[in-house]
Amino acid sequence: MELIIFKVGLIVTLFLLSLLIAAYSTYAERKVAAFMQDRIGPNRAGPMGILQPLADGLKMFMKEEIIPQEANRYLFILGPAISMATALMTSAVIPWGPDLNLFGQTVSLQVADINIGILYVMGVVSLGIYGIMIGGWASNNKYSLLGSIRASTQMISYELAMGMSIVAVIMTTGSLSIGHMVSSQAGSTGMAWNVFYQPLGFIIFLICAFAETNRTPFDLPECETELVGGYHTEYSSMKLGFYLFSEYVNMFISSAIIASLYFGGYNFPFMNIVQENTGEIMFAIICAVVFLIKILFFIFFFMWVRWTIPRFRFDQLMNLGWKILLPLSILNMLITGFFILYNN
Amino acid sequence: MDTGSMTGSNMDYLAILIQFLVVLSFVGITIILTHLLGPKRKNEEKLSNFECGIESIGDARLPYSVKYFLAAILFVLFDIEIIFFYPWAVNFKELGMSGFIKMIIFVTPFLLGYFYVIKKGVLKWH
Repeated sequence: MELIIFKVGLIVTLFLLSLLIAAYSTYAERKVAAFMQDRIGPNRAGPMGILQPLADGLKMFMKEEIIPQEANRYLFILGPAISMATALMTSAVIPWGPDLNLFGQTVSLQVADINIGILYVMGVVSLGIYGIMIGGWASNNKYSLLGSIRASTQMISYELAMGMSIVAVIMTTGSLSIGHMVSSQAGSTGMAWNVFYQPLGFIIFLICAFAETNRTPFDLPECETELVGGYHTEYSSMKLGFYLFSEYVNMFISSAIIASLYFGGYNFPFMNIVQENTGEIMFAIICAVVFLIKILFFIFFFMWVRWTIPRFRFDQLMNLGWKILLPLSILNMLITGFFILYNN
Repeated sequence: MDTGSMTGSNMDYLAILIQFLVVLSFVGITIILTHLLGPKRKNEEKLSNFECGIESIGDARLPYSVKYFLAAILFVLFDIEIIFFYPWAVNFKELGMSGFIKMIIFVTPFLLGYFYVIKKGVLKWH
């Protein structure tokens, strides 16, 4: 019973954290953009514009809800709802710290330590395509339809290379559970992190993560210059907010997955010294904070790339996904297998 | 984790269910709330589809390039093959050399099919 209360507490905390980080990512994105373009950025709502996300959220709530006459009413509402729900569901399997001894049993600091963790992430992320596809189709708008077709083609293409690059990580860990993947990267120096053993796999995964979240340079589904707004052209009010927001939640989740698969998750150098000198709860908090810092770094990296690299053309995008990343990821898998056997 | 592993696992799926309910209620309540809150001033012009400011012509569900469809079909084929790699990768260390050779034998037709698709120009976008 205590365990259920603990889990519910964890779920609600994580849920609020995802929303908070996603909300402040919108603020950070504008500030980073402003910094890179030598502007000031939002500075009206609160000191330094710190209340800007709240103002934006409130505005989204109070706007008129427009459902075009020719749209399919229910699908039109279902689209953004699926997008948002799938984005928020993924955080369940991400480990935030080492196991704790609470209520006389071992409790993992993760909503669900299921043994198919990474498959769960892939599955739920794939369901996110439905949100975009349904929304784009239901709008009955040419731009929306084009945007949603582009989005689904792009996402499924990059899922192949992403799946293959994860295979190499699974080979080194021997488990599908993200908890195991993270704990296998523990070490006193931080040299056990997967990024040092899987540099190619990491780069492939990173590029695919950009494509899966529809971030620049892969933001073809919503490129303003060609498709107005892509799949969310017809959306207004909070339904538009859901689409935009789910992108930021996805960015947060991708950063968390990148950090746990390749950068040791909550592990940090010299963590065993810290562990000896602090209490168990304190140590778990330090681990969670370290993990959060890694996530925030990758969120910043997403924004950095957005304001640095121009958008791809669609044929370049498909060529990169199918003809470069997919063979490279198979090669990466074979090299990994070879090295594991060689070391044994 | 001996006897606790089974209950622990069920607990984990229960946790996912709870999270799903939390997320679902958040999405549902937000959708209903924003529907009630916003102003409702509708007219014919506003409810018509956006098309660069001109009258929209015809239905949006027009035929589109078959390349997208081909990419989707290929995705299904390749993704199923990639799923086969997962159980193999989990047991890779136990399977050892023989597992590695068997996987190379599996990868070869996979790559043959892949090069056939490339040669046929299925992924050539204009």
